[in-house]
Amino acid sequence: MTIDAAHGAPPGTGAQPPPELVQLLTPEGERIEHPEYDVDLTADEIKSLYRDLVIVRRLDTEALALTRQGELGVWASLLGQEAAQIGSGRALGPGDMAFPSYREHGVAWCRDVDPVKVLGLFRGVNHAGWDPREHNFHLYTIVIGSQTLHATGYAMGIQRDGTEDAAIVYFGDGATSEGDVNEAFVWSAAQNAPIVFFCQNNQWAISEPLERQSRIPLYRRAEGFGFPGIRVDGNDVFAVLAVTKRALDNARSGQGPTLIEAFTYRMGAHTTTDDPTRYRLQAELEAWKLKDPIERVKAYLVKSQMADKEFFAAIDEEAKSIGSDLRKRCLELPDPEATAIWENVYATEHAPLAGERDRFTSYLGSFEEVTR
Amino acid sequence: MSTETLSLSRAMNEGLRKAMENDPKVVVMGEDVGKLGGVFRVTDGLQKDFGEARVIDTPLAESGIVGTAIGLALRGYRPVCEIQFDGFVFPAFNQITSQLAKMRMRSLGTLELPVVIRIPFGGGIGAVEHHSESPEAYFTHTGGLRVVACSNPSDAYTMIQQAITCPDPVIFFEPKRRYWDKAPVELDLSAAAPFDRAVVAREGSDVTLLAYGPMVKTCLEAAQADDNRSIEVVDIRSLNPLDESTVLESVRRTGRCVVVHEAPVFGGYGAELAARITEKCFYNLESPVLRVGAASTPYPPSRLEDHYLPDLDRVLDAVDRTFEW
Ligand SMILES: Cc1ncc(C[n+]2csc(CCOP(=O)(O)OP(=O)(O)O)c2C)c(N)n1
Repeated sequence: MTIDAAHGAPPGTGAQPPPELVQLLTPEGERIEHPEYDVDLTADEIKSLYRDLVIVRRLDTEALALTRQGELGVWASLLGQEAAQIGSGRALGPGDMAFPSYREHGVAWCRDVDPVKVLGLFRGVNHAGWDPREHNFHLYTIVIGSQTLHATGYAMGIQRDGTEDAAIVYFGDGATSEGDVNEAFVWSAAQNAPIVFFCQNNQWAISEPLERQSRIPLYRRAEGFGFPGIRVDGNDVFAVLAVTKRALDNARSGQGPTLIEAFTYRMGAHTTTDDPTRYRLQAELEAWKLKDPIERVKAYLVKSQMADKEFFAAIDEEAKSIGSDLRKRCLELPDPEATAIWENVYATEHAPLAGERDRFTSYLGSFEEVTR
Repeated sequence: MSTETLSLSRAMNEGLRKAMENDPKVVVMGEDVGKLGGVFRVTDGLQKDFGEARVIDTPLAESGIVGTAIGLALRGYRPVCEIQFDGFVFPAFNQITSQLAKMRMRSLGTLELPVVIRIPFGGGIGAVEHHSESPEAYFTHTGGLRVVACSNPSDAYTMIQQAITCPDPVIFFEPKRRYWDKAPVELDLSAAAPFDRAVVAREGSDVTLLAYGPMVKTCLEAAQADDNRSIEVVDIRSLNPLDESTVLESVRRTGRCVVVHEAPVFGGYGAELAARITEKCFYNLESPVLRVGAASTPYPPSRLEDHYLPDLDRVLDAVDRTFEW
């Protein structure tokens, strides 16, 4: 017998959120109730979330443009995932530690990482320009899923220190297939570690739809590992904030890990080297456009008369100027010196490495002599 | 005999297609190998033509890719796994080095594991971390694995087919920065060299350059650029097992040798070549075997990779130094 692999629903069609999705703000900007979750936000707080959303989208647009102009080697766009990142990022306390994957530019923004430092990595001038401890925001991790174990160990440290902090770790839907992620689930459950697993299910792992990774909704995986899982509308910044806050509080109060599945969509290509027209349909994109994370907050602010035209214009203006400042500073990023190759490899210099560096330096010097 | 001009990526694709046509047990598996055709388009169109049972978009799990390939091989299939980039092979390291490499011996030769693991490797494409590495020495150090690297479209086409029919596990390195280089490809395999043979890519009499994968082209360019000396270039092709006789024969003739690879020099594959040549050609050598490679550091940010990777100048600098003795 020959079989053709059975794969269930075709790509995209499994993307309908079931009723258990936590939502507090509909795509139309209606504030709705949820029996278990709520946020109590002042008008200023809501406006501040809106500002974050608009600014990180602007930073993303700028980075995409810089990549097209050859100023960045590649860019992983967060377009569509702003609410998942700002909602969870703003739920963090100052002592909480965030472990990002490579697309969490919005969380970086919430942790006060200068965006030009994020661009440095994609420009190829460094592997990460920020000090993780200064921001409680770890280095980007590109090898899928690895950081989930780092976050688990970090959370075990918090637990042993007895402080009121928690760790949060970001990863994608595709990442849930990696052994490391599953081991992190096992470990954090066994250790009752104060950690929040924040999975941004943006429906695609490059060209592979979620159906290639899972037969059940991702949040339900948690149950098998022995901790709660919850699915939240990842395009609803209020709901993400509420759900993440609760999960962090639970972690802090000794209740162990939570898996949050933020149900969202990658509106752009996987990275600037990807061509999504090869594997997904425009119609899917159109459907998700109607669920835009920024438009719904705007609609709510307008409807509830918390903000007027001037407010929105001012935010747009500010985002624009932050964007153009970023562009300017990106272009000014110097290339590192060749000797940087040998820096920070070990705590102290050792002879063979120093010898390599010195030989290379005099080799480079020999060219200068020739050209002089 | 018929030839066609193909890019290395396309030649790989045609080679895979041939292998799949020839043997229904050949299955291709990896991340994004289906509809997308792989991030380098090496598997472009294969799923459309051979179906989802033979071209499998796998979960994002490298240990799973190799581990299940072992199981498929135990059941009589010939899996060809794609690891998306060099830096992502390590989650599969246990499956490759502890499981795949050892099963024939552990089973007293009763089990056969014809698994091919394709790995685009090397730098020079301006990528972010983990997308530019040269991990070949980890695998050449592991007995039981065959490790090969193609350097041009013609070899890509033939060597992948030979690797797939080989009864041993093969780690198949593809020089990612050469994927878009084009050259005529001989489509008839009957006259092709076996894939465990080194070949003299350019004849010369003064010094031998030993290289594989992306550095073969760099060495050929260096040889071309040097008007003073006659430089021979040997494409190693099979790193393990090494075609010792071709290598030694060349070095005995020229009396000088420079090994070139992108991987860090310290503990790299070049060390094996240098040691072996010194041992076996000691009295033929006019100067010590020199090695050109990357610094013994993690791969740097891409703006530094031109310094990190060997280039034509560094190859010729080493050639100069072999004549200083
Ligand atoms: C271990 C490993 N394997 C493969 C890759 C190549 N790769 C980069 S991103 C990606 C897809 C990730 O999808 P997902 O986890 O859903 O995150 P998303 O990019 O959608 O945010 C793949 C396969 C990698 N970075 N690391």
